[in-house]
Amino acid sequence: MDKLLQVSGSPHVHGDDSVKKIMWSVVIALLPALAVSVYYFGLPVLILTLVSIATCMLTEYLIQRFMLKGKVSITDGSAVITGLLLAFNVPSNLPVWILMIGAFVAIAIAKMPFGGLGKNPFNPALVGRVFLLISFPVQMTTWPEAKPIWNLGADVITGPTPLGILKEGVKNGQAVNDLMSEMPSYVDMLLGQMGGSFGEVSAIAILIGAIFLLIRKVITWEIPVSFLLTAFLFSGIFYLVDPTTYVNPCFHLVTGGMMLGACFMATDMVTSPTSRGGMLIFGAGCGLLTIIIRLFGAYPEGVSFSILIMNALVPLINKGFKPKTYAK
Amino acid sequence: MKTFKIGGIHPEENKLAKEQSVEIFPIPKQVTVFLTQHLGAPSVPQVQKGDKVKVGQLIGKAEAFICANVHSPVSGTVAKIEPVADFLGYKKDAVVIDVEGDEWAEGIDTSSELKKDITLTKQEIIDRMKACGIVGLGGACFPTHVKYMVPPDKQVDYLLINAAECEPYITVDYRMMLERADEVMVGIEAMLIASGAPVAMIGVEANKPDAIAHLTKVAANYKNIQVVELKTKYPQGAEKQLIKALTGRSVPNGKLPIEVGCIVNNIATAFAIYEAVQKNKPIIETFTTVSGKSLKNLKNYRVRIGTCINDILNAVGVPEDTGKIISGGPMMGKAISNLNAFTVKGMSSLLLMTEKESKRGEVYECLRCGKCVHACPMGLEPYMLHAFTDLQRYEDCEKYGIMNCIECGSCSFGCPSNRPILDMIRVGKNKTGAMIRARK
Repeated sequence: MDKLLQVSGSPHVHGDDSVKKIMWSVVIALLPALAVSVYYFGLPVLILTLVSIATCMLTEYLIQRFMLKGKVSITDGSAVITGLLLAFNVPSNLPVWILMIGAFVAIAIAKMPFGGLGKNPFNPALVGRVFLLISFPVQMTTWPEAKPIWNLGADVITGPTPLGILKEGVKNGQAVNDLMSEMPSYVDMLLGQMGGSFGEVSAIAILIGAIFLLIRKVITWEIPVSFLLTAFLFSGIFYLVDPTTYVNPCFHLVTGGMMLGACFMATDMVTSPTSRGGMLIFGAGCGLLTIIIRLFGAYPEGVSFSILIMNALVPLINKGFKPKTYAK
Repeated sequence: MKTFKIGGIHPEENKLAKEQSVEIFPIPKQVTVFLTQHLGAPSVPQVQKGDKVKVGQLIGKAEAFICANVHSPVSGTVAKIEPVADFLGYKKDAVVIDVEGDEWAEGIDTSSELKKDITLTKQEIIDRMKACGIVGLGGACFPTHVKYMVPPDKQVDYLLINAAECEPYITVDYRMMLERADEVMVGIEAMLIASGAPVAMIGVEANKPDAIAHLTKVAANYKNIQVVELKTKYPQGAEKQLIKALTGRSVPNGKLPIEVGCIVNNIATAFAIYEAVQKNKPIIETFTTVSGKSLKNLKNYRVRIGTCINDILNAVGVPEDTGKIISGGPMMGKAISNLNAFTVKGMSSLLLMTEKESKRGEVYECLRCGKCVHACPMGLEPYMLHAFTDLQRYEDCEKYGIMNCIECGSCSFGCPSNRPILDMIRVGKNKTGAMIRARK
């Protein structure tokens, strides 16, 4: 042997996990939801999605290239996910320039100042979304009606989301049972035929993506299950106490951003706890806060806020909920 | 199926050489025998330049408490005694012997006949372990007789035989189970006498069903020996994890297995003990798998200690695309930096990695994905230990249990960002250990 060999510490083999594999798996997992959105909301969905992704990648590129003067890492897929998730969280008739502001905020304020991928304490897409919700409340809450693609005529009708109907109705003293007649059927809500941010409407498409991620071991079951279960149980208590004021807990699970939040936003590995116990607590906190905001807050929907609040608690959760050790 | 409770990973098994029967590697023209073949102090040379030695003759005597005897693996003349670089490049005192014939020292039974009846008493068996230089052949090479000197306030409830062979590629223990099960059982009987344990359990991973079947058949004649199937999961063969899997007990941090009434030995050690107790034969050979994805000539060798590693590699033919050669398994083995070094006790594998396998992937920032936390069989937070070491915060390393790390590599194996987690933890352990010792 006269050639030089490598010498390095063990282990000398590596599993097949990589940052790229994780990121692109998430992108693939979001495609069913995207397909449903295109089906119900048409071409604007594709335009907004592409603009959002492009703005996120461009912002990251410009910052890395000209401000940090370092390596450009936009091909790792994380900016693509931020762009996708941000777009999924807006109505399909949002003016493109507003979405571009949101994408810029997500990358330039929520991600890069902290050190980029892996360092951001808050989910960038949610920061972008909440920034838009507060800055452009009218445009961000004008929801086009969902109609199968061949019925999309020239006249785009807008209307409230199921959660919006509920919030408004309960505030005006209407009984939940009467309000339910104005709502889409449960089957429609599962499939995604209802008003809302375009990526969040179809619970089934999102679940298909989530199952894909579970099989690929990109996410674990703890956060989605504890998120949804806590929301179900907590809203169920109110339903049992007073079913005229409080809605059936199943309704909470299939409306708004619940599924998208629980499966794709709260499970963002960078901004969630590392131990299994911590993940359960984190998910439970998200579920609890979401229902509190939905039932008692000013906004009809609380998934974004609750995840951001729990993001802030992650360092504490990591300290307080250590993994189980082999021995004392 | 039994297994340890927390963490663990599933690396590709790659037991490529499992069909190869053990072959005897030819005796070389010259051997170089290190006086340190074990964990602990070096043995003291008992020969001088020009002395004639026989196979099995004592050439290095254990004088310190944690130390093991070293015997000549060949017959011939001592050419010199001098420091020689080992496979990591560290210079260690070694006895170089020019080989002449193959003449064995008196009192060693070289027949291959199975000797079942054990006539030695408990103390005689322990003395024989020490005399024959028995060390733990699972990799650590800890002097075995020390394990059997049980403190008077402790008792041994279980003798655990590690046949998990959870490291990928290595197949010598598997071949041992298929080819030497009878001898191994007698060795375990001797270990039961020496330890005073009422029962022995052999833990084998489920990926070796024929070995489990064969061992179970042979063990049926021994009422105190059980064969236990373990789930295939790395690091099943790590001492603490094996104890947990087989007995449900956890060794307290910083303590030895005897604290929970266990003695753990590798199955190769059981065979060495059989030869020592029944044949009076010291350890002069090592069982070594030679394997690798590009290697055509896969082997399980029985090779004399002191054989040049290069001779073994030349015998199998090193493939063109070899990028790294490892002594031991791919998870915990060490990369060889000096191929002109020599085989030692417990060198269980020479693994030839391809150039592609030898290179690490691009390193990204930590995503805090928690995969290292979920993989750690000790329940540590490897990404935090990495970060604390980076920041030289060794008090925090200690608080987060860095000294409990068993260096199994599960964290680095699964890291999607390819971070050198275990490399950093080793640095951190070293510094933290020095800090703790300085306090005393």
